[in-house]
Amino acid sequence: MTINLKVWKQKNAKTSGNLETYKVDQVSPDMSFLEMFDVLNEKLVQENKEPIAFDHDCREGICGMCSMYINGQPHGPLEGVTTCQLHMRTFKDGDTIVVEPWRSAAFPVIKDLVVDRTAFDRIIASGGFVSVNTGNAQDANNLAIGKDKADMAFAAAACIGCGACVAACKNASAMLFVSAKVSQLALLPQGQPERESRALNMVAQMDAEGFGACTNTGACAAECPKEISLDNIARLNREFLGASISSQEV
Amino acid sequence: MSWLTKTLTSSIGKKLLMALTGLFLCTFLVVHLIGNLQLFKNDGGYAFNNYAVFMTTFPVIKIVSYVNYALILFHAFWGLYITYKNRQARPIGYAVVKNSSSVFSRNMAILGTILLVYLVVHMSDFWYRYHNEALPYVKYTEQIASGNIETTPMEIGYTQEAKKVETVNEEAGTRTVIVKDLYNVVSFSFQNILLVLFYVLSMFAVAFHLFHGFQSAFQTLGWSHPKYTPLVKGLGVWVFAVLIPIGYAAMPLYFYFFK
Ligand code: HEM
Ligand code: SF4
Ligand code: FES
Repeated sequence: MTINLKVWKQKNAKTSGNLETYKVDQVSPDMSFLEMFDVLNEKLVQENKEPIAFDHDCREGICGMCSMYINGQPHGPLEGVTTCQLHMRTFKDGDTIVVEPWRSAAFPVIKDLVVDRTAFDRIIASGGFVSVNTGNAQDANNLAIGKDKADMAFAAAACIGCGACVAACKNASAMLFVSAKVSQLALLPQGQPERESRALNMVAQMDAEGFGACTNTGACAAECPKEISLDNIARLNREFLGASISSQEV
Repeated sequence: MSWLTKTLTSSIGKKLLMALTGLFLCTFLVVHLIGNLQLFKNDGGYAFNNYAVFMTTFPVIKIVSYVNYALILFHAFWGLYITYKNRQARPIGYAVVKNSSSVFSRNMAILGTILLVYLVVHMSDFWYRYHNEALPYVKYTEQIASGNIETTPMEIGYTQEAKKVETVNEEAGTRTVIVKDLYNVVSFSFQNILLVLFYVLSMFAVAFHLFHGFQSAFQTLGWSHPKYTPLVKGLGVWVFAVLIPIGYAAMPLYFYFFK
């Protein structure tokens, strides 16, 4: 296959960028989208041109690094997959594909397609954890957790922190991410002691980072590679408003 | 900052205010529609004109209506402010966007702005004129025994202190009500095809605003539940985005085509 690419090129956070056109020949339909970029970069290096900077790590859909906004959708046209799990057979020979970085005030571009997602790290650091080390894994039945709760917590815990929800949202809102992280712990016994402060602090940090407010458009859940449900956002609203009312802080 | 200001100025708190004011306005839509259904009564406007007097003079209703005006303005400008702030969260846009959300959910501010323009026109058409202009008066004479009502428009230029004056003539067995004829103003206004079109098109904006807005408000309040959410969504679509806008749109159409 031959693929025409229009890729966002930007030297660093201070400069502005633009879309540049590339042509990639001999693309195999079995290549992943990232492998196609590897082929292109190899060619660029051989031609003494600068390769395109992009994030990636696991290449199996678990690390959340491969942030690419492909033809108007984060992680491309398929549902429930990351860019590294997207294969060139999804496209046609001769297609033109536009690839842009995540766009959000809270995710500044570092270079080309690489954005700075440490805003997510700071949100996690503000409360997305359980402070007390609870020792070794307990015997499974010591801590009774209903199957329904366990399933919901597990589904929320599937969030890989990729930021596609922010990229997809017209408000660049991080609510789906934060709601997944708050839900996962709010549903389990281990999360209870810090339940209130977690919701309050993580939302405060989310707002401080400059993400927009959620207007329930649902674009995030539609584009999330881990299919995190909008119910988590409703739960975060409950957790936050409940904690605001009931916490001892005045 | 006190906990309350902190809560209400957070992103979720800002949305809470939108949801609460939005749902209040939804209840207003229901009440306003039910009251105005009296326009369809074939009684020369007797029921509607008396209702209009009640709505504008009964103290509790007066307070509620001023709260309602304030909340409409608050909802409108708070919503536009949130929309403006949200745009700042993405200073550089995408070259290509393929949306996976509904077109209504993405354009609440535009739909709302249409509603705001509509409300200004609507208020100046009827509310302002009812309160500030010399309206025609109409006299209803009721035969107390039979309940028959006779309608006679008062001569042009007739005026009285109160919106409504009621007298009973025991000898003749009649009750006479002379009242500001808002019904007539409504009926006359809706002979103008442009105004009728504007009203009907604005009801599409109501429909689209609430198609997304009604269920969205419940999500904002954290009310999402497998048992009740389908009910909320059904109510939002069939009652608030279909039935209510049709009910409102029927009024100008009724007067244009049948009066
Ligand atoms: C009868 C009039 C109106 C009713 C019943 C109504 C109702 C609602 C409801 C229920 C919501 C959803 C709240 C949520 O998502 O939590 C909403 C959102 C919104 N409304 Fe209205 N509204 C009305 C008029 C207006 C007007 C005049 C504007 C003016 C600009 C406006 C602008 C907005 C905006 C921008 C949103 C989205 C805000 C957000 O999602 O953050 N609305 N409305
Ligand atoms: S919620 Fe989904 S889209 Fe958002 S960061 Fe987590 S996995 Fe990525
Ligand atoms: S590279 Fe790890 S999820 Fe794609």
